[in-house]
Amino acid sequence: MKNKFLPFSVTLIFLVIFIIFYKGLKDTNIYTPEVKINSEIPSFSAELFYSNKIVNASEIFDLNKYYLLNIWSSWCIPCRQEHSILIDLAKDKNVKVIGINYKDNKENAEKFLEELGNPYEKIIFDKNGIGAIEWGAYGVPESFLIYNGKIIKKYVGPLKKESIKEIKLLIK
Amino acid sequence: MRILKLFFIFFLIFSFNHLKADEDIKNKITKNLRCLICQGQSVYDSDSEFANSLKVLVDKKIEEGFSEQQIYSFFKDKYGEWILYDPGLNKNTYILWLLPILIFLIGGAIIFKSFIIKKN
Repeated sequence: MKNKFLPFSVTLIFLVIFIIFYKGLKDTNIYTPEVKINSEIPSFSAELFYSNKIVNASEIFDLNKYYLLNIWSSWCIPCRQEHSILIDLAKDKNVKVIGINYKDNKENAEKFLEELGNPYEKIIFDKNGIGAIEWGAYGVPESFLIYNGKIIKKYVGPLKKESIKEIKLLIK
Repeated sequence: MRILKLFFIFFLIFSFNHLKADEDIKNKITKNLRCLICQGQSVYDSDSEFANSLKVLVDKKIEEGFSEQQIYSFFKDKYGEWILYDPGLNKNTYILWLLPILIFLIGGAIIFKSFIIKKN
């Protein structure tokens, strides 16, 4: 009995390790932070892009209204790709598009908007990227759908036509 | 005049010590934060835009008087437990923390059984 126990337990341990590693191979090793749906928007004060005025979150986001907060930058190529989609979305009366200009040069950002159009009702100027961290973002572009002071959906990466269809369904 | 000079020297030494202490705590914190862009690198080692912003924010939080634990809690709240290299004990990390202790105890029991009890 004792002679059988040792090979059996060694085989079992190796089998368990093999299964764990085999499963691990299939898992992605890129971590994406969990999206906390229905979490309160962060309370912050930030500088507005055009007026340089310092405003609070409550001065930008009204309750009972839908907002799409989009983090963008003129040096970000995917932001160019999604810009036409944002211009279309800004035409919808049920949602207001707010921008966070992330770690950008103001002149370049202005040129970007002159060239591609400005879908943003207000733009927050986030020179050192701290503002984006308050939102739990880690890159550009990222977008947050906000209603009643809460984040109801988060999109990492450029917005696609499918995302806009989803947003339009949510804000109806 | 001499007293004034001495006071000035002490003031300078104290200021530099204070700055060094802040720098040390900043380095300690950023070494324990994982960069989400260059995954596998700490914020301290990474030079990505995200890591640089995090360094600025850690600096700001230290200046505002946040403790080390409060800064970790802030980032944990924003990005989840994964951002910390040294995660706390919770339902997702029980195995991580308890397995080495369990293995140590089982190993100790085996050694105890095979050597000490056999000797007796």
